[in-house]
Amino acid sequence: MIVGFTVNDEPVSVRVSHPGSLLDVLRDDLGLLGSKSACQQGECGSCSVILDGELVCSCLVMAADMEGSTVTSIEGVGAEGALHPVQEALHSAGAIQCGFCTPGFVVASVDLFERDPHPSPTEIREALAGNICRCTGYGAILRALEGLASGVDG
Amino acid sequence: MEIVHPKTITEALAGLTEGVTPLAGGTDLMVEVNFGHAHPERVIGLRRLEELAHWEGDRIGAGVTWRRIERDGPTALAEAARTVGSPQIRNAGTIGGNLGTASPAGDGHPFLAAVDASIELVSLAGTRALRWDEFFTGVKKTARRDDELISAVRLPQELPERQAFGKIGFRNAMVIAAVNCVVTRTAGGRTTVALGSVAPTPIRARQAEAMISTISKPTSSDLGEFQRLVSEEVRPITDHRSTEEYRRHGAGVLARRLLERCLR
Repeated sequence: MIVGFTVNDEPVSVRVSHPGSLLDVLRDDLGLLGSKSACQQGECGSCSVILDGELVCSCLVMAADMEGSTVTSIEGVGAEGALHPVQEALHSAGAIQCGFCTPGFVVASVDLFERDPHPSPTEIREALAGNICRCTGYGAILRALEGLASGVDG
Repeated sequence: MEIVHPKTITEALAGLTEGVTPLAGGTDLMVEVNFGHAHPERVIGLRRLEELAHWEGDRIGAGVTWRRIERDGPTALAEAARTVGSPQIRNAGTIGGNLGTASPAGDGHPFLAAVDASIELVSLAGTRALRWDEFFTGVKKTARRDDELISAVRLPQELPERQAFGKIGFRNAMVIAAVNCVVTRTAGGRTTVALGSVAPTPIRARQAEAMISTISKPTSSDLGEFQRLVSEEVRPITDHRSTEEYRRHGAGVLARRLLERCLR
């Protein structure tokens, strides 16, 4: 079957023959390798995308269920030379170690800041509870985002 | 494979024949798919079926997400919702899906047991509402027939004034409960205690309820007896998440703390 949906403002149609995930379609069919494939069970958040306005794990979305939906992946956040404020904050704070979890953290943080530009430190922690950094680089990530929330440059 | 996207519940029921898998938020089913334990060939996509996500008063549509319940639900159900998975999971996962999976550890279940909620099942033959203890029949087993959809949760019109949810797990977030519990208490003292993850289905600690409901101002020795009765009534097992002994002890301590919160 052919499934048509919108990815980062571009209409796409992909052939789906098994009940696999949106994550696999993003990576394998559309060549969008920013969303990472790790736990495959919604535990790590490295595949986070915004689906029809809601932050979700793309590994838990059935690709066949995407007909008519709209998704923003990490590739749809910011642009060359025009980073999203979340990306700016993380970049200038050096809030990156190996970088594997970064796309998921960015997407989850963008979702948070677009709903509330001034989240409290607790709200930031709760919003990122579904994203895991195995380098344990949480301190720099939280400091960067707390700075952004309070309007101070990280 | 094939998937259909019905526009109404009636349309969904017409397609719900043997071998067809209902898909709501996907947070349980897709884990099974990703690990090769499920290969659904015919799927009914319910994620965008608006009729199923309708919530009016004491009737919560099966398609309502944990995110909405966290925001708008009754106190202890909202508290439970806030501990379901992560924001990503709560945006996708639904109360109906939680019931369909019927994990002994489901975080929504203790509230439903504590207030004697019913689960509404609909098929082309009609609608029936089963009380929670008729609905849950075993570990991941329910009384839902293959031709039925879980359409809603029905809460009683009056809910107890005081209610509290608690959960024991090994992280603060993104954790499956080793024990979860809801305690409710009315102004008159009538108390209910429901627990999950300590038996094949959610259970009520009836002896503890009966004992504490007759006491209007429990003393600390009453609370100690309450805790002991709860620990005695649960039927936990040892598995990869906890031991029988720890769950038994934790159930009593957790129920007592939640009761103390209701008494404040």
